[in-house]
Amino acid sequence: MKFWPLLWSSLKRRKARTIFTFLSIVVAFVLFAYLGAVRVAFSAGVDVAGADRLWTTHKTSIIQPLPAAYQDQIARVPGVIMVTHASWFGGIYQDAKQGFQQVFQAPVDPEAYLTLFPEFRIPDDQKRAWIADREGVLVGEVTAKRYNWKIGDRVPIQGTFYRKKDNSTLWEFNVRGIYTGGKGVDTSQFLFHYEYFDEARQYGQGTVGWYMARIDDPKKSTETSKAIDSLFENSPAETKTVTEKMLAKSFADQIGDIGTIIQWVLAAVFFTLLLVTGNAIAQSVRERTNELAVLKTVGFSDATTLGLVLTESGLLALAGGGLGLALGSMAVGAGDPTGGFLPVFYLPTKDLVRGVFFVFLLGVVAGILPAVQAMRLRIVDALRRG
Amino acid sequence: MSWLSQVGTVTATAVRTIPQRRGASLAAVAGIAGVVAVLVAVLSISAGFQRALQQTGSPENALVMRSGSASEMMSVMLGDTVEIIAQAPGIAQGALAPGEPLAPLMSAELFVVIDVPKKSTGTPANVPLRGVQPAAFATRPDLTITSGRKFEWGKNEIIVGEGAVKSFRGLELGSRHKWGQNEWTVVGTFTADGDVWESEIWTDARVLQPAYRRGNSFQTVIARLNSPEAFDTFKDALTKDPRLDVQVQRETEYFANQGQTLVAIIRSLGFVLAILMGIGAVFGAINTMYSAVAARTREIGTLRALGFGRSVAVISVLAESMLLATVGGIIGAVLAWVFLDGYRTSTLNFDTFSQVTFAFDVTPSLLVQGTVFSMLLGLAGGLFPAIRAARLPVTAALREA
Repeated sequence: MKFWPLLWSSLKRRKARTIFTFLSIVVAFVLFAYLGAVRVAFSAGVDVAGADRLWTTHKTSIIQPLPAAYQDQIARVPGVIMVTHASWFGGIYQDAKQGFQQVFQAPVDPEAYLTLFPEFRIPDDQKRAWIADREGVLVGEVTAKRYNWKIGDRVPIQGTFYRKKDNSTLWEFNVRGIYTGGKGVDTSQFLFHYEYFDEARQYGQGTVGWYMARIDDPKKSTETSKAIDSLFENSPAETKTVTEKMLAKSFADQIGDIGTIIQWVLAAVFFTLLLVTGNAIAQSVRERTNELAVLKTVGFSDATTLGLVLTESGLLALAGGGLGLALGSMAVGAGDPTGGFLPVFYLPTKDLVRGVFFVFLLGVVAGILPAVQAMRLRIVDALRRG
Repeated sequence: MSWLSQVGTVTATAVRTIPQRRGASLAAVAGIAGVVAVLVAVLSISAGFQRALQQTGSPENALVMRSGSASEMMSVMLGDTVEIIAQAPGIAQGALAPGEPLAPLMSAELFVVIDVPKKSTGTPANVPLRGVQPAAFATRPDLTITSGRKFEWGKNEIIVGEGAVKSFRGLELGSRHKWGQNEWTVVGTFTADGDVWESEIWTDARVLQPAYRRGNSFQTVIARLNSPEAFDTFKDALTKDPRLDVQVQRETEYFANQGQTLVAIIRSLGFVLAILMGIGAVFGAINTMYSAVAARTREIGTLRALGFGRSVAVISVLAESMLLATVGGIIGAVLAWVFLDGYRTSTLNFDTFSQVTFAFDVTPSLLVQGTVFSMLLGLAGGLFPAIRAARLPVTAALREA
């Protein structure tokens, strides 16, 4: 790197500009990291949906309950390895402003649920404690952190729809486990015993919200879905079975354009920032036309001049973009900016790679035009111009 | 020459020379236009969504739900509860059809959702389906049938809001749908002055009860009161009745509180965005203004030599920066307004777990906010370069270039 001092002095030439160009590149890539995370958040887990899981809901709408007796029938369908169920609960913690209602809360069959969702990581002793306690609840780490719940806490939840037989709306649960998960796993759920719930509730006994089944061959998901649905055709509660991915996608589509539009604007801003910084880099090279001519006069070849200018813009892009991506992933890792409404919020590796690609693209595109100009520069013209 | 006219002259010179610095100036304007367009766009989503919800309802209407219900969706109300509510003081009386005897103007309703494919994606969405009683139309005078007719009581007929017709597939007049074990026919479409009911499908509550296995239960009661002032009497009568376990809200208040979740998401994302973008744009503007000052070094030096003050140089740089930023801001705001105002879409209202169709609303206040924001960016972007302009030593400045 014998040209290092030369590069350094040209970056130092207008210190303020170099710093601000650098900082706006940093900001652009922080934004880019957010773009990736927001996209994931609004796609509601499509990327991590289990390919071997099917969801069976009531045909007219997911809010309609299904008979609990369907479980055994679904279990006997060829291709189904296991099946379990969950139901919507929708309780309130403290008051509506706490946002607990948006947390997925469900009465489930504890062991079966954990078998179906192996991506939920939970220490063995906590798992046993949860299964053993009828009033126990398993909470995802995001939710536990948000409400500051610890193992052993007794958590009062107000039922909004479900009441107990004595007409009280108060449901109390003991926090027995806190689960974690890898990237993209929803670690916000609040899971308690269906048995306790079904016995205590005032109405709706013997029904569940929906079924989730694991199948042996994801390629046969269409056939298996059809086989499940045909079991209940023309019954009072007909079903609709789709893959987990389909369900996640249709949920994302329900939120709809808003997610798409936020992504569009983020992308627009990102490219605007690239444009502006690219222009700043290009300009700083243009201003130095006669200095470059001097370099050529003292014997720098065309190729070296090209390389020098490209390296300069590349360095700026690399440093700024690298720092931006790093800061961005850290900011994203610190949690979603809405305070818990977007439980799945992380930067996918794919987007990180894409970000690195854009860093290089910025360095090359911003530098290439002035670099080529610098290379083609005729010394006489350039010196005369100054 | 007075200080003011000095400033005026120098600023005018600065502005006249902007075309010589076209590239950098354009980049700054574009950057700020982008930022403001995005900010206005994001805020217009939540403005439109909130408008649809907040304008819904009438101050004369009261909404009764089971106590503890966060939304209509979660309430349950048995038939005998409804009969007790009908006796409460304060409910307006009226004839539901010419010649019929007076009856309390209240409608016990069911609020469920039904899967209907979204037009834009083809995937199923939770479209609200409301079962109503005859007084429902008297309590919502804004509701107007735009094609076809009202459904007949006791028949499997539905009417569909125009918002739902536009956003969801196959809900056109005359279409038939097999939902559950019943077949439903769309016999009419309606508007409701932009209220959320335009996103809904309506039918007779008595027909919907068996279809959704609700027996003789309802979810909410909407009652027209004698006057908005009658609300407290009505509320007290219901909440103090030991036979009842209900909560009473003004209809306007209920809808104003709906949709908070989504609004919170959009607002907080918008906030993060605005800050990040603002920082980016300010850096861009600073760069532009530094190069503007650099390009004008000789000019500024000459002016200073002629006796113009330091503050004049400062103000002229700030003025140029703010001018560029404001132009960018106005362009951005207008772009957002032209392309997005009135854009209809639908989304999931997390609070009722059902779709609400609404139009983006680029309000005049958002346009003003966007422009003011751009001025602030301009000010921030011009500050350091202005200070440099003021500090330029006259002799050095004249010698340079």
